[in-house]
Amino acid sequence: MVQIPRWQYITVIVVLLGGLILAAPNLISRQAAEELPNWLPSDQINLGLDLRGGIHLLMEADIQGVIEERQNNLAETLRLDLRRDGIEGTRISVAPDGAVILRLADPSQVDLAKDIARRQSVDYLVTSEGDNGVRVEYSDQALIQLANQIMEQTLEIIRIRIDETGTREPSIQRQGSERILLQLPGVDDPERVKDLLEAEAKLNFKFVDENVVPGVDRTPPGTEILPSREVGPNGEPVSYAIRKRIMVSGENLVDAQATFQDNQPVVSFRFDSEGAKRFARATQENVGRLFAIVLDNEVISAPVIREPILGGSGVISGRFTTQEVNDLALLLRAGALPASLVFLEERTVGPGLGADSIRAGEIACILGFILVVIFMGSTYGMFGIVANVALVANLVLIMAALSLLQATLTLPGIAGIVLTIGMAVDANVLIFERIREEARLGRGPVGAIDAGFRRAITTILDSNLTTLIAAFLLFFFGSGPVKGFAVTLSLGIISSMFTAFMVTRLLISFWLRRKRPKALPI
Amino acid sequence: MALIKRITTTPKLDFIGKRNIFLACSGALVALSVILFFVQGLNFGVDFRGGILVEVRTTAVCDISDLRSRLGGIGLGEVTLQEFGQPEDVLINVEKPQGDEAEQIEAINVLKAALEGCVEEYRRTEFVGPKVGSELKQAGILATLLSLLGIGLYIWFRFEWQFSVAALIALAHDVITTIGFYALTQIEFNLATLAAVLTIAGYSINDTVVIFDRVRETLRKYKKMAFLELLNLSINLTLTRTVLTSVTTLIALIALFIFGGEVIRGFAIGLIWGVVIGTYSSVGLAVPLLARMHLRGGTMASSEEADEGPANKAPDSA
Repeated sequence: MVQIPRWQYITVIVVLLGGLILAAPNLISRQAAEELPNWLPSDQINLGLDLRGGIHLLMEADIQGVIEERQNNLAETLRLDLRRDGIEGTRISVAPDGAVILRLADPSQVDLAKDIARRQSVDYLVTSEGDNGVRVEYSDQALIQLANQIMEQTLEIIRIRIDETGTREPSIQRQGSERILLQLPGVDDPERVKDLLEAEAKLNFKFVDENVVPGVDRTPPGTEILPSREVGPNGEPVSYAIRKRIMVSGENLVDAQATFQDNQPVVSFRFDSEGAKRFARATQENVGRLFAIVLDNEVISAPVIREPILGGSGVISGRFTTQEVNDLALLLRAGALPASLVFLEERTVGPGLGADSIRAGEIACILGFILVVIFMGSTYGMFGIVANVALVANLVLIMAALSLLQATLTLPGIAGIVLTIGMAVDANVLIFERIREEARLGRGPVGAIDAGFRRAITTILDSNLTTLIAAFLLFFFGSGPVKGFAVTLSLGIISSMFTAFMVTRLLISFWLRRKRPKALPI
Repeated sequence: MALIKRITTTPKLDFIGKRNIFLACSGALVALSVILFFVQGLNFGVDFRGGILVEVRTTAVCDISDLRSRLGGIGLGEVTLQEFGQPEDVLINVEKPQGDEAEQIEAINVLKAALEGCVEEYRRTEFVGPKVGSELKQAGILATLLSLLGIGLYIWFRFEWQFSVAALIALAHDVITTIGFYALTQIEFNLATLAAVLTIAGYSINDTVVIFDRVRETLRKYKKMAFLELLNLSINLTLTRTVLTSVTTLIALIALFIFGGEVIRGFAIGLIWGVVIGTYSSVGLAVPLLARMHLRGGTMASSEEADEGPANKAPDSA
């Protein structure tokens, strides 16, 4: 134990030097670190959102809603197809579990109805229900595929929307089957981000039903009453009767830009060729009538068609601020979300609190460190100083490991480091106490130190491994801040074992050989 | 120079002789904690309870009572306000927002609109919907139980089963009394606090294992010594280390408690309590429990004859 092979010396020196180099970029500013030449390590510790400020949003995509919508459409299509093939009097309903149920008037036509249903898509599972019923539902595989497809599209659109806001280092991850976790560092306007994400951005051009006065007449089928962004002369809310049939949909847009018209902020847009054709035909046939621009079930404006619009482009105007026009153009460019999003969790930390937390954490770390160093020095004298050197090495290694792994340091993570400062000396205390004990039994300095290290090793391994098990489980089953804590605690335990076995032992054996002491200083 | 030189002999305190007193104290503490938990309950934070928490720094023209009157009539249900660290920092807690996730997130906008002009900085906003709140709670309970199980299995693997049982009882004692501590003080119980509880479990087991290690060693060394005397010797042999490690850890934690900032304070105080109770339970509960397990009569007796006993495989027997 006291005789240390050369490779161990080399290992310790290499590890410590490597640690110093990896930890060093944390001592300079982030900007300076980025300007370091490529061959130097420049990774700094990755600060969590609670320290650098930012927004954390957990969202859930309403896939069930998309499936319901599709099943409703399927029910309508089947109604038409069945009638066309001569099956009359069928009752069609959508069950709560999402299956379309056909109740046929004539049980002998069940097989024909099944064929018609199967023809719709290979994704459907068609089974009998009773003697006159047919059940049409998505197969399990198709459901998974559909969900994956919706999630991929949703992620992509969120990514475009967020990228266009110019946020640096956004993290957008799918979590589980229907959830998306979005983390944006340093965002100062969380409400805008939420608005941008929440908007489905389904833009449609529809006709206004001019025969219906909202709130007075009965709304006929095929028409719906939608609120408007416009306000009346006395500031009262306005709503329009809008035909449900879509004239041209936003899917046919190829570009949208924020611009000005008559000093008003507006969004200019361009249709693709198909959209342009449809828009031209619709406007040609309906000069003098009102059409409505509807975004997410809200009427943005309802202008009169003064002349046919043939060029395939136009502007959307209507009481916008510049910011709103920018965001609308952005949303239209990114495209509509396939499924609506619900926010399940939001955590926003302002830059002020983050900076305060870092400062407080630093003070706590430094003070804790100084106090522990004084305590160890006065308790163990020379050996205490050795333990303190090991403690410094320990802290350097934790910093290096955090930088290298790019693990996220959170506020509870800082607490983990402070706790580690306290616990790290434990391994040294165990060794020193054991050495003292062996010396008391009558061994000389070399014998006592040798036996002390040897005996203490099992204890240190056993006790630290149990804590490590707890820390690992915390990491795997904990969430957010708890994970950050588990990371620094685990790193602290591992590096404290290394520094106690290697650094402390190396220093003491060095001292032994230089001084050849007759008695131990502890 | 080294103060430790003043302690020249192994202390000879009689812990085992007082084991019934310790047992009674621990029993009372656990009973009290359970009662507190069920009568008083924990003051769950937004993580587990769900709801909205907003920390604001007010402008010079507003104080907490202005905020209170502004938030009084906006229909968000029960809203509590408290100062957080300094007079201009206010914590706004919407205890039970109405409706589903979409309506609750809308409530944040309502709240921010009502505070217009009063707020210099939104320091943090936390919204946890009902779905995520209950998931976090389940995950937390799972993490705690699995940690305890993992620790128990490891000790069973490294020691005799009696050690494992004693360690787990001591561990459960620490976890329960820490929860009792949070119930008594009504300090907010959130994700970070849960991490504190699990760390306490880790720290306490660390302490226990160090003494158990020594018990195992002395068992092998002094085969003729009376079992109770042997347990007491093991505690005393490791006592200096137990105290020193607790002191250094407490020093660091107290620094964290005083200087670590308002957000971390509830977490630090729990750890401080846990280090104290964890140290006590290792000495006063885990080892005395071994006294009741008749270790010598069973497995240990056989390892005297044959060296293949699992305990003897440990590398330190070399």
